[in-house]
Amino acid sequence: MAEEMHIVLRNYGKIDPLKIDDYLNAGGYDSLNKARSMDRSDLINEVKAANLRGRGGAGFNCGTKWNFAYQTEADQKYVICNADEGEPGTYKDRLVMEGDPHTLLEGMAICGYAIGATKGFIYCRGEYPQSVNTLKQAIAQAEERGLLGDFSLEVRQGAGAYVCGEETALIESIEGRRGEPRIKPPYPPISGLWGKPTIVNNVETFANIPSIVTNGAAWFSGIGTPFYPGTKVVTLTGDVVNRTFFEVPTDTTIREIIYDFGGGIRDGKKFKAVQIGGTSGAFIPEANLDTIIGFDHMVSIGACLGSGAVFVLDETRDLVDVAAKIAKFFSHESCGKCAPCREGTVRLQDLLDKINDNRGNSSDLALLNKLGRVMSYSCFCGLGQAAPIPVLTAIEHFPADYAAKLG
Amino acid sequence: MKGMSIHMNNIIIDGIKISVPDNTTIMKAAEMAGVSIPTLCYHPDQAVKANCRVCVCEVEGDKLLQPACSHTVYDGMVVKTSSPKIIEARKTILELILANHPQDCLSCIRNENCELQSLAAEYMIRDNPFENRVRGLKKDLSTPALFRDHDKCIVCNRCVEVCSVTQTVHALGLEKRGNQALVVPSMGKELIESPCIMCGQCIHACPVGAIGEVEDIDRLLAAIADPETVVVTQIAPAVRLALGEEIGMPTGALPMEVFVAGLKHIGFDHVLHTNFTADLTIIEEGNELLGRLTNGGTLPMFTSCSPGWINFCETFYPDLLDNLSTCKSPQQMFGALVKTYWAERMGIPAEKIFSVSIMPCVAKKYECTRPEMNSSGYQDVDIVLTTREIGRLFRLSGIDFSKMAPAEFSPWMGEYSGAAVIFGATGGVMEAALRTVYEVVTKETLEDVNFTDVRGFAGIKEAEVDLKGTKVKVAIAHGLGNARKLMEQVRAGDSPYHFIEIMACPGGCVGGGGQPITKANEKRMERLDAIYIEDESMPIRKSHENEEVKAIYADFLKEPLGHRSHELLHTHYRDKGQKFL
Repeated sequence: MAEEMHIVLRNYGKIDPLKIDDYLNAGGYDSLNKARSMDRSDLINEVKAANLRGRGGAGFNCGTKWNFAYQTEADQKYVICNADEGEPGTYKDRLVMEGDPHTLLEGMAICGYAIGATKGFIYCRGEYPQSVNTLKQAIAQAEERGLLGDFSLEVRQGAGAYVCGEETALIESIEGRRGEPRIKPPYPPISGLWGKPTIVNNVETFANIPSIVTNGAAWFSGIGTPFYPGTKVVTLTGDVVNRTFFEVPTDTTIREIIYDFGGGIRDGKKFKAVQIGGTSGAFIPEANLDTIIGFDHMVSIGACLGSGAVFVLDETRDLVDVAAKIAKFFSHESCGKCAPCREGTVRLQDLLDKINDNRGNSSDLALLNKLGRVMSYSCFCGLGQAAPIPVLTAIEHFPADYAAKLG
Repeated sequence: MKGMSIHMNNIIIDGIKISVPDNTTIMKAAEMAGVSIPTLCYHPDQAVKANCRVCVCEVEGDKLLQPACSHTVYDGMVVKTSSPKIIEARKTILELILANHPQDCLSCIRNENCELQSLAAEYMIRDNPFENRVRGLKKDLSTPALFRDHDKCIVCNRCVEVCSVTQTVHALGLEKRGNQALVVPSMGKELIESPCIMCGQCIHACPVGAIGEVEDIDRLLAAIADPETVVVTQIAPAVRLALGEEIGMPTGALPMEVFVAGLKHIGFDHVLHTNFTADLTIIEEGNELLGRLTNGGTLPMFTSCSPGWINFCETFYPDLLDNLSTCKSPQQMFGALVKTYWAERMGIPAEKIFSVSIMPCVAKKYECTRPEMNSSGYQDVDIVLTTREIGRLFRLSGIDFSKMAPAEFSPWMGEYSGAAVIFGATGGVMEAALRTVYEVVTKETLEDVNFTDVRGFAGIKEAEVDLKGTKVKVAIAHGLGNARKLMEQVRAGDSPYHFIEIMACPGGCVGGGGQPITKANEKRMERLDAIYIEDESMPIRKSHENEEVKAIYADFLKEPLGHRSHELLHTHYRDKGQKFL
């Protein structure tokens, strides 16, 4: 049986998050001190060699990203933590922020030292007042002890827009503007917050950093799958027995997560589908359950590990009904910047509502398919590109659910 | 340059091999290769937005289609700008936009001059598979100058950019998100409650009919239809050269005499010219400047011809109202004189005169309704028609302008100099003033009347003129973002200038909000050239040599800045900044 492994959540439940001494007694801030004794490029190379890949969803090599910002000359650089955890069913970042905030602060401070940034922002989801509160206290404690040195941290609260999880929309929001994505390139490590080199990493990504610095790249890269080493915090929701969270090595399979950790399907029912990575994730059928959750393996089955949310559906669930609810979410969360997302998400919702109400026909399904396909490669940012994925994968893998509702 | 070489990228666009420098977008590269890519949100003088996604192309190796407007090339790139996949994507996107857009092209102010309509035709949108659903929002008809038809907005953001970046007015912004996202006047209020200065540059920026001028053609036709009413019009300097564009002629090609004949054909009883009061403005404003220079008046003095600029100054720089010349704009000087001086000369009762003004401007529609613009005892200017509205009337009239016999201006207020002609160009009022002020102060004849330093499209221009020992420093700005830079200097107390000319619109009146729809500044520059050609062709090029101007001083006004001038030709301003605090 697969086992849990705690790197990100190594202190979770073991320390009092509001007592900095608890963290210090557990070896806290030793990594930052060690990092500061290292040459900056050696530090970045260590992170690069660990092959830690972004835990926010895009899976980019963290050290490579840092190196871009390190190499770019500027009078000011920034470190931003993306804590706008907006994916439905995801709460892994909250576990860190409320259970072990100093791990995040330490990871960010190490990044600040590595790239030469003295200022950091934590952009925290608006619906997480408790996280904000905990972070602010933790920052105050760390500053009082002088642990962060010349690195200062500020918490910024989002206002509830899902799109602000997109790094450039997040930057716009911090700058005080409407949360809308920017044209890339330039990418934030070259030109980000206020046009300065900026590293935006997810909470979970930063939370891995102290352990990597302490234990070394070789240790980390040996854990899980070599292409996407380390662990992943997954949050289980839906029709599973254990609706809870686990931190597992990245070579764990989907089946192990659902059946070993999740305890299988509730009420003795059969499995139908699982959606991984958040609400924009693909619906995965039974046939693909032996895939390991590592980033590239997931991509190979047309899915995405994303945030690590695992949403399980039993045999009684109607995928058209689920897709219709997802479409409503995206039409509500589209920022409205680009035409295919602004107009397309609401039309996806309309078409799905129509089919779900047994008012649709085969041409509606064909239009839904075409619209989804066009959106997936024409929209400005990941939100619009991913919004049709659950719809399209539901059509692909569960055509019977649609057929049953078409007139 | 020695030692510098530009890195070139060899790319293939639709099978055409071409070599282009770094940072070239696919769109620019395609243009060089002779391939045209459709656009909708793209604007040549604005930042790239990439939000309409109509220009998407296929880049070999990329899963995503890439927007040609923002995506830059790399060495070895292979691009397709058209393919069944691309056509399907563009067509679907256009269908989506159209499904959320009123289907009233036939009655739209932008019918046949609409970027969305052209694309719909090009992409053969026939039966839109998406059900048409329009939000049914209330039109904003709160200003006398321009309207917003919210339902037609396609959220391209071009109006927002011209308003906030070019003009720094920030009257428009985006509200809500997703399908509810909409461009609205700031704070969700009506335009009249926003800081809108009514320059109308948003009309030029809008690809569709979401913003337009308030039309006054019906009021004109009613006046013409009434046999008791004497319909008199004035024509602003920048109108003639652009009007031709509305009736299928090249810029500048419509002769003035034919323009006058066309207006008479429509039913105007008398055609006069704003250029007459432009010359008069020079005499009044020139003397005002000399007065301020010698008597320690408030300096620098600002010109006051551009009503968009006046609104801007009143709204954003109410502390600098004393710097504004007290001269009314030429339109309003004309309005005050046509119902007094001219009425008297012609023996026409003022109450019978319907005073029409043909302007390249929409802010003028507001200016004529200002309560202080009644010095004749009546509303001095009854209605203002834009160049575009006159274009519509000319097309409606069915006139063949190539066969039209020329006609003359009516007497007393129709003569003008080249100095008046150049009022339509940024820097023109300044140059006209310098031609006169120089001769008045030095009592010498100006050998070369061309002050080329103050010409051209640079955002801010400056010059120093030596009036026989008195050095006068002048500056010119067009577009209010440029004006703001000069105003901040004045506010800070470190402006080195004595006289500043400001025009609200880019290029000056040639680029006015009422001109034929002008997407690119390139067109504005072409009109500037046409203006200086006209100036060169004028027998008189200095305002003070205008015989009718001499006559009005001799017979009516008596002297510049005299009692009658103060009554009829000068005005005051108000602080409009308070309402936004």
